[in-house]
Amino acid sequence: MPEYRPGHQGPWYKRVYDWLERRVQIEGPVKEAVLHPVPKSTASWWYVFGSASLTLLILQVVTGIMLGLVYAPSAAHAWDSLQILNHQLPLGWFLRAMHGWGSSFMVAVVLIHMAQVFLFGAYKFPRELTWIVGVFMLLMTLGMAFTGQVLRFDQDAYWGLGIGASIMGRVPLIGGQLVHIMLGGPIISGATLTRFFALHVFVIPGTLLALTGLHVWMVLKLGINEWPVPGRIVRRETYIEEYNELAHKGIPFVPGAVWKDLFFSAAIILAVAVCAALFGPYGPKGYPDPTIINTVPKPDFFFLWIYSVLSFLPPEMETPFILTAPVVAILILVALPFVAGVGEKSWWRRPVAVFMVMFLAVCWGELTHLGTYTPWSPQMTAWSGAPVPANLLQNRTPLERKGAVVLQAKQCRNCHSMGGLGGMRGPALDDVATRLTEDQLYRQVLLGGGNMPAYGSALSPAETTALVKFLITLRPGYRPAAQDASRQIAGQAGVPPNSTVRLGGTQISPK
Amino acid sequence: MDEKLPPPSHEEQEQRLHQERVSRRTFLMNVGIALNAVVVAVVAVPVVAYLFGPVLRRKEYLQWIAIGNATDYSPGETRLVTFQNPFTDPWDGDTAKVPAYVRCVDAGNFTVFAINCAHLGCPVRWFSESQLFMCPCHGGVYYADGSRASGPPERGLFTYDVKIDGGKLMINAGQMPTLRNRAGSGPCPGSTEPKQPALVARIEACPSTDPATKAPGTNASTIG
Repeated sequence: MPEYRPGHQGPWYKRVYDWLERRVQIEGPVKEAVLHPVPKSTASWWYVFGSASLTLLILQVVTGIMLGLVYAPSAAHAWDSLQILNHQLPLGWFLRAMHGWGSSFMVAVVLIHMAQVFLFGAYKFPRELTWIVGVFMLLMTLGMAFTGQVLRFDQDAYWGLGIGASIMGRVPLIGGQLVHIMLGGPIISGATLTRFFALHVFVIPGTLLALTGLHVWMVLKLGINEWPVPGRIVRRETYIEEYNELAHKGIPFVPGAVWKDLFFSAAIILAVAVCAALFGPYGPKGYPDPTIINTVPKPDFFFLWIYSVLSFLPPEMETPFILTAPVVAILILVALPFVAGVGEKSWWRRPVAVFMVMFLAVCWGELTHLGTYTPWSPQMTAWSGAPVPANLLQNRTPLERKGAVVLQAKQCRNCHSMGGLGGMRGPALDDVATRLTEDQLYRQVLLGGGNMPAYGSALSPAETTALVKFLITLRPGYRPAAQDASRQIAGQAGVPPNSTVRLGGTQISPK
Repeated sequence: MDEKLPPPSHEEQEQRLHQERVSRRTFLMNVGIALNAVVVAVVAVPVVAYLFGPVLRRKEYLQWIAIGNATDYSPGETRLVTFQNPFTDPWDGDTAKVPAYVRCVDAGNFTVFAINCAHLGCPVRWFSESQLFMCPCHGGVYYADGSRASGPPERGLFTYDVKIDGGKLMINAGQMPTLRNRAGSGPCPGSTEPKQPALVARIEACPSTDPATKAPGTNASTIG
């Protein structure tokens, strides 16, 4: 039997492979990586989200490079170059859509992956650093999402940068300098776009890829987290031995577990492509001309929850919250494996962990939902565009109808709805007369209060009278008008209605 | 792989390393590391200065810009104007344009507001009928004099320094106003605090108030 000499025998492709392998010598480490045994229980559909995140990252890199062939990172031209991608270059729209939908999928899959490894206790000993690196990978992913939104240089991007700068400007002492570093100058301009381009295309993806390499390396070295079983406690002294035993009895990663990763990755890419083909690219929306102020800026959906939070903070809390909450959140995530690095891994024995995930998911969902219709924002066109319901005008006196005109003309509808149309910032006015008396309406209109501006200087006495006369008619017939309890009591000579004290005074019947 | 020389054993490596630890070569390697550290430090200075360029040029950002004749504005009027930012690059495109609101309190007395909401910088809109500025983002509302009326802002609208030079209305502008980068260094808006119940005025809009005129409302009755 002739001696086997690599590179000199067999079909041509075998010879080529041998020629390359003798020089690169990578077969050994790769074999070791793909054939390493994993616990049987980890060959599960729950373990596919990490590899899917990596697949989506690769998709984003590839489609990003494709877009980079055309995109012009110039404030004067970026918007136009996206229009050319959308409408003139063959399938340019599809690449943009793939990149945009890929980003949404990536944020979603990364968050699911994070929730899964949290619920499976994967951050516990000895995988603490894998979790911490993962936390920073999440931040990088969100950084990619934000900077990517800026590169879609439209009105939302422009004013989104304004929001970013305004948040930076709240930092004590160096806030002003930070704003200028962030914007690359005194104001949002071409210099701002070029530095966000550099961040989105070089800095953040470079860091993200490096961290991904480290993350995957540690997963290979420390082994994939085993399926948690209630009662199997993680102890620093015994865990490694126990895990090695599990892995030893396990199956090789390829093909035992990898086929599910492959199926899911293919399904995810297909889902991105289907969404891209069906729904198309996102934006660019309005032209980024800051003098077009008739715009309602809004972030992409994964930042809508922040947008909602920012509308609910009282003014006093705004700056402390904005500056400390992200730091605290990151610190909690980083500290997690040090605080809870050992012990139970199973979610059956970690009710607080399960509750936290559910609580955060519900908060996120609700804040995102609120962010989609922004009930706190005035509806800028309601005063001129929303009709007054006809039943609120029937059988009204000329003065009351004048009041309805004042109500429209003074933009009350921007914040107050009638017949379901108008802003939701303030209470609906359809039944305002059941809540406020005539005197209280005068006071509320003229002096404002309770988050309503004072209209004293914007209304003439005649306008005020007409407006209030109209407002006190606004109640359904079956509900009584609001009454001033103090007046009623005063009418009873200071005796409350249910008092047993009897005085000579007669009760004034409500008007 | 078959042809690779076997690597030195662990003991051999340790032995060699020990021999090398105090040798001329080790010394030269340490000198090499120090040399690189010095070079990195020297090169870092211009790199860091380059990165901080936008901060180092801060003094150039504000300039006096003419925004029309003082006589163009009639008393009681608040009007949206556009000016060209003085500090621009050729590739800025339309982002070099900046909108602002000019309020002519009475002849020769102007307040110029930045477009940016004091909350998070969104563009506020002026409604002359109700004499209010409203922000589309989080619902900040300001009175005609720029003072905070309601919503999340913790202060009134930002104002530019104003002067009238040779009949021209000039503003000192050029940077986006934020809580640390005032649009100008002039007095805060909100000099006429509206009469709000103390309960609601949780935040004092601006401590440095000087007596100014009242916001003109729609004085002429439309009802008769």
